[in-house]
Amino acid sequence: MTLRSYVISRIILTIPMIFILLTMVFVVIRILPGDPVLLHFEKAENLAAMEEMRHRLGLDKPIWVQYFEYVAGIFRGDLGESMQDYSPVAQQIWSAFPATMELAIFSMVVAVAVGIFFGVESSKAYNKPQDHMIRIFGIVAYAIPVFFLGMILQITLGVGLHLLPTGLRFNPTLSTPTGISIGNVHFSTGLYTVDSLLEGNIYKFVETLRYLFLPSLTLGLVLSGVFIRLTRSNMLETLRLDFVTAARARGLSENKVTYSYALRNAFLPVLTMMGLQFATLLGGAVLTETTFSWPGLGRYIVDRIGFRDYTAIQGAVVLFGIFVSVVSLVVDLLYAYLDPRIRL
Amino acid sequence: MQKKSKARKSMVSSLMPSLGSLAKRGLAGWLVIIGIVLVTAIVVVTMISPWIRPHDPSTILVGQPLVAPNSQFPFGTNDLGQDVFSRALSGGGIMLQVSILSVAICLLIGVPLGLFSSYAGGIIDRIFCLIMDSIYAFPGLVLAIAVAAMLGRGVTNMAISIAVVYVPSYFRVIRSQVLSIKEMPYVEAANSIGAKTRTVLSRYILPNVVPSIVVIATVNFADAILTAAGLTFIGLGVPVDIPDWGWDLTNGRRLLTSGAWWVITFPGIMIILLALGFTLIGEGLSELLNPRLEQ
Repeated sequence: MTLRSYVISRIILTIPMIFILLTMVFVVIRILPGDPVLLHFEKAENLAAMEEMRHRLGLDKPIWVQYFEYVAGIFRGDLGESMQDYSPVAQQIWSAFPATMELAIFSMVVAVAVGIFFGVESSKAYNKPQDHMIRIFGIVAYAIPVFFLGMILQITLGVGLHLLPTGLRFNPTLSTPTGISIGNVHFSTGLYTVDSLLEGNIYKFVETLRYLFLPSLTLGLVLSGVFIRLTRSNMLETLRLDFVTAARARGLSENKVTYSYALRNAFLPVLTMMGLQFATLLGGAVLTETTFSWPGLGRYIVDRIGFRDYTAIQGAVVLFGIFVSVVSLVVDLLYAYLDPRIRL
Repeated sequence: MQKKSKARKSMVSSLMPSLGSLAKRGLAGWLVIIGIVLVTAIVVVTMISPWIRPHDPSTILVGQPLVAPNSQFPFGTNDLGQDVFSRALSGGGIMLQVSILSVAICLLIGVPLGLFSSYAGGIIDRIFCLIMDSIYAFPGLVLAIAVAAMLGRGVTNMAISIAVVYVPSYFRVIRSQVLSIKEMPYVEAANSIGAKTRTVLSRYILPNVVPSIVVIATVNFADAILTAAGLTFIGLGVPVDIPDWGWDLTNGRRLLTSGAWWVITFPGIMIILLALGFTLIGEGLSELLNPRLEQ
């Protein structure tokens, strides 16, 4: 199979996956016990208002018509209207999305960097106290509720030492980074790190990093355990192979052997794991965003739960699902590009 | 009948080796021991807490609000003047109930489904796999949030919303195991002498997947506890005045700027210890049952 036909078949396989996902969300919000409109009003008192909302949101139509309209809407980029004020949900979600994206990217960087470093060190010190310590760290990292770690970091580094901000995405006394305008065209990614650099404003860039630091560290550390374990076991296998012995025999330094020879072989599983862990990462992002008042998608869902705004919750959940499917698609394609065996 | 119970007993004893023999199995054995001790200690403390706690955990103003840890209140008091120490002793009840219930639901649904699907094969298997893979790929906590938001609050609803997320893990493990066991000569022999499907599944296949089920259930306990804590944190917890670590953490978040570290630290540590206990058991058991790498 050529790379091109692999790409095409993998993309086609994603379609039924997304359909099932959309159906699942529909079943959870519309068909499971619990009428969204009744839940929104809490009590069945104002029947006329309830009926009006049902009509306005199309919830009075037969269930399969609702399903069809829902799926068709998503393909048009329409995620329905909010129960709170009938504003389009898609717009609100799009404005929250870059914040989650930025947090996710930086947390993944922390998780992979910490995971690979400790994983390699652990495999080098196989069965020595250092190895045991790192493994215990990995297991404990897995058992910490992410929001608890977040609060501990807030209270020590933020409240106690005044080193870092404990919440929000950017310094409220500054204007947010907006990107760059060239002629009439405006470039903006919504990612503050990129936008501040486009603006050419180093001060804003540093501020962005300062606000990103604690949330990404929190989420990244909790996730790093999985990467430590994976890197360690792969390195243990790789370090026994002949080419590593050969590299050592040629007198290369141990760091060079482990980091640029062996690690290269152990990296593909890490890439796969990045794709697999992305879903976990987004789940953790909901809690991290709540802890750090980070204005992303997760925060949006939690706020909407407070308003009992079920159409908005549905829209955000759908977007989370599509996001994960797309990332896993990208990871698979990247993997195929890096490892030709997959295409065979 | 007697034979059956004997067989069952030996199955249990092969799964649950004595603590002494575990200690001889190296690091993995010790992980299991430490895990069991942690979990047992927390369960026991939670159960006997009404007799050992110094104050009633729900009574407000047993001391001044937000007293730092001292000799009278070893873990301090929260903003309502409740004793944090007593709340730490008693606060595991809801989390334990939710996790036990959700693991039970997962076992009752995931295991039979995995057995059935892989044994049936064909189009049925394909469909189940596709559905389970889709749930598995979804961000677990987000799905649990959606289900919990619709079902409303309560221990059972919380357990169901967590179980929805984790059934696919059981399904996948069971399925892949059955696929290889199905090809074993003794299963073929049973089939060829005309044993019923039900008999083959329950007597020849199920006993061989039990070890994997035990491992995944213990790991799942830790996940269920952390998910329950997460659901509570975003406001989908159980609305009762029973002390709960998850609620204490949620409440403590508002008090962070005042520097009252003790309000969150102690319930947080309790959650970690409980989740850690289950993780250690799962970690150790999977290494003992699958010792490939450690050789």
